[in-house]
Amino acid sequence: MADASYSTTPLLSVEHLTMRFGGLVAIDNLSFDVERSAITALIGPNGAGKTTVFNCITGFYKPTSGRIVLRSDANATDQDLGRLTETGRRYKTSTQGGVYLLERMPDFEISSKAKVTRTFQNIRLFTGMTVLENLVVAQHNTLMKASGWTVLGLLGAKSFVAAEQRAVEKAKNWLERIDLVDRADDPAGDLPYGDQRRLEIARAMCTDPVLLCLDEPAAGLNPKESSDLNALLQQIRREDGTSILLIEHDMSVVMEISDHVVVLEYGRKIADSTPDRIQSDPAVIAAYLGVEDEEFEATESELDHS
Amino acid sequence: MAVTSRRDHAVTANAAKSGLSAAAKSGAFAALVILGLCFPIVAFRTRQDVSGSGGGLVLDERWATVAVLCAIGFFARFLWLALSDQRAQAGTWVSGHLISIPERYKKIAKYTGLALLLAYPFLMVAIAGPSGAIKWIDNFGIQILIYVMLGWGLNIVVGLAGLLDLGYVAFYAVGAYSSALLATYFGFSFWLCLPLAGIFAALWGILLGFPVLRLRGDYLAIVTLAFGEIIRLVLINWVDLTGGYAGISGIPRPTFFGLPFKFGPDGFAAALGIPFSPVHRLIFFFYLILGLAALTYFVTIRLRRLPIGRAWEALREDEIACRSLGVNTVSTKLTAFSIGAMFGGFAGAFFAARQGFISPESFVFMESAVILSIVVLGGMGSQVGVAVAAAAMIGGTEILRELGFLKAVFGSGFDPAQYRMLIFGLAMVAMMVLRPRGLISNREPSIILNERKSISGAHVKEGHG
Repeated sequence: MADASYSTTPLLSVEHLTMRFGGLVAIDNLSFDVERSAITALIGPNGAGKTTVFNCITGFYKPTSGRIVLRSDANATDQDLGRLTETGRRYKTSTQGGVYLLERMPDFEISSKAKVTRTFQNIRLFTGMTVLENLVVAQHNTLMKASGWTVLGLLGAKSFVAAEQRAVEKAKNWLERIDLVDRADDPAGDLPYGDQRRLEIARAMCTDPVLLCLDEPAAGLNPKESSDLNALLQQIRREDGTSILLIEHDMSVVMEISDHVVVLEYGRKIADSTPDRIQSDPAVIAAYLGVEDEEFEATESELDHS
Repeated sequence: MAVTSRRDHAVTANAAKSGLSAAAKSGAFAALVILGLCFPIVAFRTRQDVSGSGGGLVLDERWATVAVLCAIGFFARFLWLALSDQRAQAGTWVSGHLISIPERYKKIAKYTGLALLLAYPFLMVAIAGPSGAIKWIDNFGIQILIYVMLGWGLNIVVGLAGLLDLGYVAFYAVGAYSSALLATYFGFSFWLCLPLAGIFAALWGILLGFPVLRLRGDYLAIVTLAFGEIIRLVLINWVDLTGGYAGISGIPRPTFFGLPFKFGPDGFAAALGIPFSPVHRLIFFFYLILGLAALTYFVTIRLRRLPIGRAWEALREDEIACRSLGVNTVSTKLTAFSIGAMFGGFAGAFFAARQGFISPESFVFMESAVILSIVVLGGMGSQVGVAVAAAAMIGGTEILRELGFLKAVFGSGFDPAQYRMLIFGLAMVAMMVLRPRGLISNREPSIILNERKSISGAHVKEGHG
């Protein structure tokens, strides 16, 4: 079933997204899809608007216009979507998942309900809390329910103790995967940079996301750490069935692991294809490396015709 | 070899010498600063001349006092630097670390402390007699415990959730007034007023929480400050309900399971067959506030280990990250405000019952400032630190009243209680220099996988507001 839906409905569709800050147009009528169980990379020169796209998807910005749809129900049709959009509601859940209009949802609901979680370009760990605590806070909503919104937990109910035990098990499982079990009780701020990056990804994964948005996960990593990261991300896609959308400047990461690449420049999409094709795309090369004047004319006219 | 070692000696000697001369220089500078400060305020004193014919002001010069103060400044600074220099050379001085106490002694100290606290009123009665003990139980025991409880309540908001609240006294006032009004207008008993006061204060906590949800740092502090003042001004001006400045008097005293603390056949003393003494009520009040404070303590300890408590601390660490992980920051902040306010309300209800009379004078901004400084001095988020800070600050100011013997030294005009704020300020400055993150700055993790390790205060954030 998953295979059949793969080609039909994308997991996330960004449709005609525009974001203006006063007179500045950061994103201009951007549309792209993120496929199910795939790794999609969002690349582009500095200031192209990549992080703004992330902030719109995860609810930290309210887009000026456009629609951002997350379909965790693979069978949801465009008609379903149209009907939901007309009702003015934010989401509709069914047994197979749900359809979520992310541009209407507040940031914390995008994580708790639509199951889209993100990491940050400048790592945002709870530095004064232990590594384990970081991973347990990520399971806040599950635990909150188990603690009977604090009442049962205050009384020390067995069901809560069991739920907390499960949360710790899950955290431990993730610590094993990122190889940090030994440091579980150390403050997160004590970890070396590369470990902090991995911990932030593990923390995001503890919310059981369907879509994981990573903002420059390889920034500041050495080649060894970078290849470990590749392995981790591929494992997340394969074993947890979580789709990944990532912003990245490190082309070795992008080209090696992504199934699909979207290229932004000045808030507009200039290419949207597989990594191989992107590498030879003249518009992308022009955006990254710049072009000679005569070449520029040629590329420009080529772009206009395409 | 010999040459190098001799050279080493020479180097150390040189270093010591330069250390001493630097200390002397720094001492001289300190003396100069003191001279500058003393020149206008100590060196001259005006005095009304009543004996002479003119009857005008006479200018007294007190250069000797100035000289003594400057000398004290010089030697204090010089010795401090010279000694710390020596200790640094000996390698024994590690700044910021206290001597680590073995676990066993810590446990012994804990249980002795607890036993002393539980036996405190009876110890006082045994030492000072029933009438002599009143002062010690009331001014020290009960007064300190009220502030311990208020400190722990505010600690939830400031220490755990990292929301700077300068108007905490408002909830104390709401608790006191709602309890007093319910008791005097409707005749509710204390035991009914107590939970109601907590609920009312919690509701006001939510009411304050809503408008300040988006504010951080300085802005949050100013709005909470204004909130505290608004509550106080309403209490002053709504004369019909609250009696304005006159306050509310005749608040019924709580009974011991229906037995009032009064002289007569149906009183507490008569029922127990012991002679009546006013100290009985105070002993009862002591255990009552001890119980309330213990409730605050255990609930807070418990909350810290629940998801809500972890969310508070996460909110203090990084609000953006909290939101990205699906934590509803609105409800998290509101619960912090309301639960903190609730304990303030309980303390207020107790305060009203203990005094029997309340007026807006008891709920001025200074109270908020004192409670906040207790939390900051204790170490934000640390329960034990807050208790120690409350005992030191409140107990310390009370102790000053007891230092009457100092009059023998400084003359009969000397009143140590007048130096309260000066000592308070000096203590604050000393704390900020020596232990900038409070008495106990380490954070205990709320959950552990393998072994318990304290988290150094250097990693723990103070929150953005």
